[in-house]
Amino acid sequence: MSAAPAGRAEVCVVACAEAWRGNGEVLAAPMGVVPAIGARLARLTFAPDLLLTDGEALLVADVPALGAKARAVEGWLPYRRHLALVAGGRRHVMMGAAQLDRHGNQNISCIGDWRRPARQLLGVRGAPANTLNNPTSYWIPRHSPRVLVEKVDMVSGVGYDRAAAAGPSATRFHRIPRVVTDLAVLDFETPGRTMRVRSLHPGVTAAELRAATGFPLEVPRDVPRTRLPSAEELRLIREVIDPDGLRAREVRG
Amino acid sequence: MTGGDTTTPADRTTSVDGTKAGGTQRADKTMTADEAVARLASGMTVGIGGWGSRRKPMALVRALLRSDVRDLTVVSYGGPDVGLLVAAGRVRKLVAAFATLDSIPLEPHFRAARQRGEVELVELDEAMFMWGLTAAAHRLPFLPVRAGLGSDVMTVNPWLRTVTSPYGDGEELVAVPALTLDAALVHLNRADARGNAQYLGPDPYFDDLFCEAAREAYVSCERIVDSAEFTRRAGPQTLLVQRHCVTGVVEAPGGAHFTSCVPDYDRDEAFQAAYAAAAADPAAWREFAARFLSGDEEAYRAAVADFAEGAA
Repeated sequence: MSAAPAGRAEVCVVACAEAWRGNGEVLAAPMGVVPAIGARLARLTFAPDLLLTDGEALLVADVPALGAKARAVEGWLPYRRHLALVAGGRRHVMMGAAQLDRHGNQNISCIGDWRRPARQLLGVRGAPANTLNNPTSYWIPRHSPRVLVEKVDMVSGVGYDRAAAAGPSATRFHRIPRVVTDLAVLDFETPGRTMRVRSLHPGVTAAELRAATGFPLEVPRDVPRTRLPSAEELRLIREVIDPDGLRAREVRG
Repeated sequence: MTGGDTTTPADRTTSVDGTKAGGTQRADKTMTADEAVARLASGMTVGIGGWGSRRKPMALVRALLRSDVRDLTVVSYGGPDVGLLVAAGRVRKLVAAFATLDSIPLEPHFRAARQRGEVELVELDEAMFMWGLTAAAHRLPFLPVRAGLGSDVMTVNPWLRTVTSPYGDGEELVAVPALTLDAALVHLNRADARGNAQYLGPDPYFDDLFCEAAREAYVSCERIVDSAEFTRRAGPQTLLVQRHCVTGVVEAPGGAHFTSCVPDYDRDEAFQAAYAAAAADPAAWREFAARFLSGDEEAYRAAVADFAEGAA
């Protein structure tokens, strides 16, 4: 019996996993369900040296299913050591974003005027340190003009333009390898370090992507398609890492 | 904190009660939560240990709510400690990188207060916050960090300064000022009467730093034990807080409720959900406060037991 074809959530899982390809022995720090599945998939396949946490203070020696306990612990990473690890750079985080602009500035703090916000969100948390110290990718489960905005309200994660303006200490370790959304994979590999489309997910049109983005976004005619999961990747996602199907709660369609 | 107060936590009280500490007798720093809070004053800068909705000194916070202490500057990796104090109008200024309930991402009282423009916020990055506490503990005016450069943390805190490395690299970094505290409140699993305290969960958070950054530290714990008991079943590295920076010890079983205090207990998710639901509505909150926060700690525990029975 052949398995059901890959759904959008599973394409997103693989696109997130690809962010950690070739990273070697670094901590994969995913925020969100789909990135968490992606990090585990990467470790089980093409990035076996990645370090993973249990979401609290422990580094896990095996790769448990989402929500399951690890059978073995290989390290201790309480908050104080986690913050030190960030500063040392041996970490690649994938954060969420309430807002993200074309330069990669991210906001998770608040919407509206900071002095009296229309909507208070999380606060900047560790986004300023993350973006200046270790590679920081983003995961946007609902690509929309409200998230991909012209200008963010409170720069929490630092984008390329703001890092450049702040000087060499800000740019020294600053890097945003990729942005994965439910519609596409994007990056900043342009001369001006502004966002470009790296690949469109299968079934997504250029017009659809442009309409869902709050700033002008060029979509080249020959833009690649995001790759589909292999049969083995699908099996790992469905049977090993996310047997309860939590990924479907985060990505529509 | 925040704009240039670089005084150091040197003036510590090592003994609370001369009659207990006299002669060759060891200091007994035990006191009630209300006695601890009675030593605080309005206008103080108070650091609160734990992280989010994890191992918060909630019994001490509840005692603070029963006192008339106000106009506080609260320094916290914020959770419901911040929410409760903000809701009660006790906070003039908050120094934080976030306020969260963890399993519920947004702290509802903090959120509402911010959206009403009611609380002055010093919003820092998590790492800046740690280095600010470290600077205070080390009696340094500031420590240099990369975090913050290019972000709006620098914009909303225009008093933050940068410092240029005097070495060949010439790097320009953020000079995070010392977060010196008048008092620290923390909750650990075990403590002895002299103020040594032990955590038994996987994460110390920053409770030792809070105590070392403060002029006075008050440690509540699940159980006060004889010092000899500490290392009977746990390694010496679990002894996180040392007595030389502790002023008072409070035995408060369930003192972190409804936040987690593993391995003694997990977060009370049902209670936290009820807290968050009530916080979303003023009438519901008045009812919640009347039911759970109008009496002493014993009354709180009884009301929580009653709640758990009703939920079962």
